[in-house]
Amino acid sequence: MLLIHCPYCVDTLPELEFAYAGEAHIARPANPMSQSDEEWRDFLFIRSNPRGLHAERWRHIHGCGRFFNALRDTVSDKFSVTYKAGRPRPDLEKAVQVPK
Amino acid sequence: MNAPVKSFAAVSVAVLPPVARLNLRIAPADLDTASATFGLPLPGKIGQGQAKGDRAAWCLGPDEWLLHAPEVEQAAIVADFAAVRALTPHSLTVISDREFTIAITGPSAQELLSVACPLDLLRMAPGTAKRTLFDSAQVVLIRDSDDAFRIEVWRSFFPHVSELLDIALREFACGL
Repeated sequence: MLLIHCPYCVDTLPELEFAYAGEAHIARPANPMSQSDEEWRDFLFIRSNPRGLHAERWRHIHGCGRFFNALRDTVSDKFSVTYKAGRPRPDLEKAVQVPK
Repeated sequence: MNAPVKSFAAVSVAVLPPVARLNLRIAPADLDTASATFGLPLPGKIGQGQAKGDRAAWCLGPDEWLLHAPEVEQAAIVADFAAVRALTPHSLTVISDREFTIAITGPSAQELLSVACPLDLLRMAPGTAKRTLFDSAQVVLIRDSDDAFRIEVWRSFFPHVSELLDIALREFACGL
């Protein structure tokens, strides 16, 4: 089982308590009417789907209930870092490994 | 045959009598007001608990607290919080009837919980509480001491959780 660090609980907890919630840092356009059909489609459906580090949302649904963001390697499933919602994506060079 | 085992030397399981349970959501900045209203300092860190007399509170989320009090004081607590609502916006929900509390006590209590609870219970300090899972049912797990736990479980999940505990108890009693 994966162990995930919740930045709100400041604790490393079993994956069962968490729910995945898609790619992080996708901002809804402030004025959807200004978007072309293609731009709106890209916002709604097109995701980066990288092989490697991926910034994604998680929710501690069976714990504190909060959404937060994580950097996870999609190949190894290893979480590099988790951070509170609203914070910018951490600089990878400075990303700290989450202690076990 | 197969009479239910509720307790033996190593561990016992019992459903506790009703208690007033309240769920409080309030901005952490207003915690002092809530503490004064409830009559004990509400803990500020997730997981921590605080007890005074027969009232107790645990912090379950960044802005969420679980409050326990004797059943007869429930109406008074609701009224007390209603009185400060105008100046301190918050949500106080009575969840007394939503849940049952199961007490698990004895030297093997931690081992019995590990049957269906994914948490690393060795790292859980006495006096703390966590919302977590028991098998697939969401519960609040309270640790009163090294050998004493309480599980707060929704009444609709209770038969499932209770059945799992009964099976585990029988296995423990057989020495499995």
